[in-house]
Amino acid sequence: MTLGLHLDFNLESCGKIPLKAKLHIQPKELVALLGPSGSGKTTLLRSLAGLHTEVTGHIQSGNIEWFDSAKKIQLKPEQRSLGIVFQNYALFPHLTALQNVMLPLFKLSKRDANQKALDWLARVHLSGLELRKPHELSGGQRQRVALARALVAEPRLLLLDEPFSAVDQATRHKLRRELALLRHQIEAPTLLVTHDLEEALQLADRICVLHHGQILQVATPNELMSHPTSPTVARLLGMHNLFKGIVKDVTKPKITVDWCGKTLCIATQTVYKVGQTIEWMATPHSLILHRPDRPSNGDKENPIEGRIEELVILGPHVSISVRPTHAPELPLRFFIPRHFVERQDLRIGMPIFVSLLEDQLHIFD
Amino acid sequence: MELQALEISFRLAIFTSLLLLPIGITLGRFIAWSHRPWVPVLQSLIFLPLVLPPTVLGYYFLVAFSGQAPLGSLWETLFNKSLNFSFEGLLIASIIANLPFSVQPIQHAFSGIDRDLRDAARTCGLNPWQAFFKIELPLIWPGVAGAFVLTFAHTLGEFGVVLMVGGNLSGETRTLSIAIYDQVQAFNLDAAGQMALVLLALAFVSLLLLQGLGQFRQRRKV
Repeated sequence: MTLGLHLDFNLESCGKIPLKAKLHIQPKELVALLGPSGSGKTTLLRSLAGLHTEVTGHIQSGNIEWFDSAKKIQLKPEQRSLGIVFQNYALFPHLTALQNVMLPLFKLSKRDANQKALDWLARVHLSGLELRKPHELSGGQRQRVALARALVAEPRLLLLDEPFSAVDQATRHKLRRELALLRHQIEAPTLLVTHDLEEALQLADRICVLHHGQILQVATPNELMSHPTSPTVARLLGMHNLFKGIVKDVTKPKITVDWCGKTLCIATQTVYKVGQTIEWMATPHSLILHRPDRPSNGDKENPIEGRIEELVILGPHVSISVRPTHAPELPLRFFIPRHFVERQDLRIGMPIFVSLLEDQLHIFD
Repeated sequence: MELQALEISFRLAIFTSLLLLPIGITLGRFIAWSHRPWVPVLQSLIFLPLVLPPTVLGYYFLVAFSGQAPLGSLWETLFNKSLNFSFEGLLIASIIANLPFSVQPIQHAFSGIDRDLRDAARTCGLNPWQAFFKIELPLIWPGVAGAFVLTFAHTLGEFGVVLMVGGNLSGETRTLSIAIYDQVQAFNLDAAGQMALVLLALAFVSLLLLQGLGQFRQRRKV
């Protein structure tokens, strides 16, 4: 059944909204398209749907060519057999929930369409609300109607355009959980557009980072968070502590790096040349905090001396900023548990040590 | 009460309003959704009758409908009669003079349809015609009904253009508003008053209908 449902596209546009994106999505796979506002996510999604046509390249769903600018093939949106959940759901206000879900089935007999739409409304937990108009439904219920409408005609591609952004946080968590359960029943590939990293990490098989219309990295959530390919990707993922250093010595599987006068050891399998400038990042797992008067395990590994500049309580976590003595202009920022701050009696201005675990430091290729 | 004048006025208003519906829908939809740079020019042309004195408009119709002008001479060749001072001429002039009253409410209704809603119709598998009949028309009908009522009421009371193009031919171009003017000129104020009351009542009912349609549209917005 899933045979021939994969999606391949390679699109370019140099118009008002530049685009350069190439991707292959497997059947049943959910790929999150992650990027800030204006990164071209919605343009890419609209191009795949055939709603934005100022692009060149090709789109292929299985063995069906949806678009090929060279061969002048351009299937209309209604010919592509796809389902979209729009950001504000775009439910037809004059139709009931049932009629909205029945609409894509207009080629079936009324009885079959009715039965299928009722089945899908039941699957998204909306039994009993079939005859309500969109304005009589809550935000979460509208989203479910939109999802049922997108899936009812068994599309070859499911596109979700920030589908959780218009609901409150409690509903968002509930809907995400429901989608995570429902997606195993979806045969088609799914592309989820989002600017929410947490959402992408929770739902996606792979995450595709988009910036200024270009795909910067496509990777599984774990791979992306541990090995962002470039400082830009790391910054887009909200990571801090990105620095430059010069390679001083290479003794496999480690290198010694000069970081503004401080020598660091970093574990790596990649070959670097002595004198080469590298960009490296202290990942959240690489940082360990010690009070100078209370030494603990691991404090000999790349010890950095500094002072606490900032402590911001954010619920159960505390955002801490430490200015290293050797490079006060390059503060290290990270989160620590609030109970740790209280137990260690950490205060602003206090001298402190930060150890950088050498096998957790990441070097950008 | 001049029943013949009332009948001509009604006939003119009904034909004008009905014939303007497809024209208003086509133009209103195009203006609301098109991003072409020349759309403001088209819009200004359509809205010209709103600001132009009816006599000026009537004068240009008179010139265009004459046997010397291409339109007038073509009409004479085809139908062997003049467009000026005929019901057909009156109807064409009335349609053009009422374009803004038909286009504006429909354009407004189309503008109220979100782009995502139009896109959703297409991605649900509907072709543009199916999307128009199943989605767009049910959503814009208060605007279409408003355009009909407004055009009907305005045509019933039209005076300047009617007088210039149609003159005052009893049974052919003598409408209710022309008849009122005629009766006032003849100091027959009672007859003028009766007919004026009919037009006043119709105008009031039309405005009441328009208000009702506006409220309906507000209620249905999600």
